[in-house]
Amino acid sequence: MRQLDVRGLRKRYGDLEVLAGIDLEIEQGECFGLLGPNGAGKTTTLRLCLGLTDPDGGDITMLGHPVPAQARAARARIGVVPQMDNLDPDFTVRENLLVYARYFGLRPRDMAQRLPALLDFAGLAGRADTKIQTLSGGMKRRLTLARALVNDPDVIFLDEPTTGLDPQARHVIWERLRQLLNQGKTIVLTTHFMDEAERLCHRIAIMDRGRIIAQGTPRELIERHIEPQVVEVYGDGADAWVRSHRDALAQRCETSGETVFCYAADATGLVQALDRQNTVRYLHRPANLEDVFLKLTGRELRD
Amino acid sequence: MQRHLFSFPRLSARLLHVWRRNGLVWRKLAIPSMLGNLADPMLYMLGLGYGLGAMVPEVRGMSYVAFLAAGTVCSSTMNTASFEAMYSGFSRMHVQKTWEAILNAPVTLDDVVLGEAVWAASKALLSGTAVLAVAAALGLAQSPLALWLLPVVFVTGLAFAGLGLVITALSPGYDFFMYYFTLVVTPMMLVCGVFFPREQLPLWLQQFGAFLPLTHAVALARPLMNDTLPADIGPHVLVLVGYAVVACYAAVVLARRRLLN
Repeated sequence: MRQLDVRGLRKRYGDLEVLAGIDLEIEQGECFGLLGPNGAGKTTTLRLCLGLTDPDGGDITMLGHPVPAQARAARARIGVVPQMDNLDPDFTVRENLLVYARYFGLRPRDMAQRLPALLDFAGLAGRADTKIQTLSGGMKRRLTLARALVNDPDVIFLDEPTTGLDPQARHVIWERLRQLLNQGKTIVLTTHFMDEAERLCHRIAIMDRGRIIAQGTPRELIERHIEPQVVEVYGDGADAWVRSHRDALAQRCETSGETVFCYAADATGLVQALDRQNTVRYLHRPANLEDVFLKLTGRELRD
Repeated sequence: MQRHLFSFPRLSARLLHVWRRNGLVWRKLAIPSMLGNLADPMLYMLGLGYGLGAMVPEVRGMSYVAFLAAGTVCSSTMNTASFEAMYSGFSRMHVQKTWEAILNAPVTLDDVVLGEAVWAASKALLSGTAVLAVAAALGLAQSPLALWLLPVVFVTGLAFAGLGLVITALSPGYDFFMYYFTLVVTPMMLVCGVFFPREQLPLWLQQFGAFLPLTHAVALARPLMNDTLPADIGPHVLVLVGYAVVACYAAVVLARRRLLN
């Protein structure tokens, strides 16, 4: 079943075209990732799908409701984890969930029954009466995720869910998101972490300058857009070494900082050549989503 | 957004969710908050009322402290609604992003802004009522007519809540509110008949004061507290209701412009 259908979505702020015609089709049970450099239009896309901003063109159908016309009805069945935590600092953990449930018109009595399960899910079972200020970053994120579930939503939007978390906390979030997918929920997330997208997402759209420039499963994107093997050459003289060997051994090389990335269908020759010398060091690995991302969106900084 | 920017806000019971959220937070700090709201107006009313009152024979046929009591009910209403709509409202809108969180639920920005306005008016009602209760205990408001102050205070609170939310929706930071207090709130305290009859002022200032909401609140409150039906009830009520409606509408439009683009 189609959960989200977006056609020709456009949005401009003054002279800046933030979205220049986006198409998305997201099915039930899918985890869909929106990737892109800062300013690519990821957050704007989420805001438009929630009906918080009106588009300048295009159509959005969210859970069968046209958005923004029936955005409220759509939002009743959506959960949102925003980029910045906006838990209510005046309330405890429990109160945050109860008060938020009220915005969905849920009765406190019904909510009280679901509360233990939500606290468990957030790993905050013993902390129902803790003040928000004393929670760690990971706990706050988990509580924000639990808060997004108070209405038992069909679709969950997560805007950079693990930014700023330590590796342990990130793994916990990933595990929770997989639990939600197993329950049949649909997830739409934006992220800057390629490993996160590769691990969680069934399908990915890479956005840049308001357009979707590539779309597919992580594996498809890697197969379609990049040579399968990568050799990272680094250390003093890496650039010079690669320059003298590249034509014979690699299909394509890119320099970023002090590292040269060499892409090849078969890197055996290159690796053998590298093994025969001891001035530069190297790392041989299969191509990943980050290589695709950098190839498609470039290596220059986006501020 | 242009399409919806100026459309008239739709009233929905959902604004009570927002009202209730603020009420739950307030309940945790109710005692200090009430004392804080009450202390300042009381000091002025009693200090000036009895201190200055000892040197002033009678104002408009009543003791100065009785004269001042009605003004204090109104000015305290104005201050409470303004503070709540600006400092607390701005915290929830901009700093804590509470509004943003609420908007991800099936609640609209209209609901949020109007909920905030009604909340600030409710808090103003509480503080106006507290001043009135103290005045009554001191024998300064013994007529049952004084109960009519409650709706007057609520509408006055709504008007100042709306004006405060307009400033909040325009404000880049907390410092901005100082301008409003210095340029709007404090002058109103002086030209609207809180401390002395408006007739003491030069004619042009009296005429200017006639356009200000606090003038009309005081014009209703003072006779009611002294067992008299106010003159020109209709026009005074109309001005207060007009301020409340226009200011709340403007606050919604400005909040849409700030947050929904």
